[in-house]
Amino acid sequence: MKAAVVVFPGSNCDRDLAVAFERAGAKVSMIWHKDTDLPGDVDIVGIPGGFSFGDYLRCGAIAANSPICRSVVKHAERGGYVLGVCNGFQVLTETGLLPGALMRNANLKFICKPVGLEVATADSAFTAGYEKGQVLSIPVAHHDGNYNADSELLARLNGEDRVAFRYTDNPNGSVDSIAGVLSDNRRVLGMMPHPERAVDERHGGTDGVAMFRALMDQLVTA
Amino acid sequence: MKARVHVMLKNGVLDPQGEAVRHALGSLGFDGVNGVRQGKVIELDLADGTTEDTVKEMCEKLLANTVIESYSIELN
Repeated sequence: MKAAVVVFPGSNCDRDLAVAFERAGAKVSMIWHKDTDLPGDVDIVGIPGGFSFGDYLRCGAIAANSPICRSVVKHAERGGYVLGVCNGFQVLTETGLLPGALMRNANLKFICKPVGLEVATADSAFTAGYEKGQVLSIPVAHHDGNYNADSELLARLNGEDRVAFRYTDNPNGSVDSIAGVLSDNRRVLGMMPHPERAVDERHGGTDGVAMFRALMDQLVTA
Repeated sequence: MKARVHVMLKNGVLDPQGEAVRHALGSLGFDGVNGVRQGKVIELDLADGTTEDTVKEMCEKLLANTVIESYSIELN
């Protein structure tokens, strides 16, 4: 599996995400936001957490319009895999690769703690290593994780089994407790919790490991 | 020429920051504040002859997230 992790000014989980991919056996390249092209043979692109461009204008808005993101959109349109975590999820909604939007947490607080996360579908390369209904412990660290979808979109996401994760105890006001959603081809996942911060005993938990392993199993072309 | 773009959360989208401001006004003793919506104003200094359509495109592509926000443009 070949992975590329995009680095924006203000990204701060890029190296954690790279390590999580590497531990699963991937070859990882780091891609600066001003680059225009992804490596040609890349299987999955990781959009990391952090505060790209200082969260100016809206979280993820400037990053979504950076040169590399045009290539990320093309990669996804060709059927490539993309994982966006936290700010990466915000970037993916801003590019339009994922529907909905992430707003300020309902309690207006920055929330940084492990949360209970229910696997809402095991039907994706990201979640195939889990059982549907399994509850994981994965950390969140965000100020703008309040997932917003209108009733029509919500019905579509549920009808198409595209909600990947739900909070067991909704911390941020997200509609239907949604913590992560899949694209219609199930190859783009955006999620607010940080699976890459749960891949080592020293992180306090390893519930994220199965996501990277499952991706590795699915994307063994490299 | 200048343009001023107002970006607001769409009606029906809960605005937790506006709600917090409303509560704060109430605790300062301002009664009768039934609702507060918080948005942003973006001032653009533009080359003469820039059309409203171009500014609209800027709003659609970057300045507003039309999933949750609406915008209005003032040209002068």
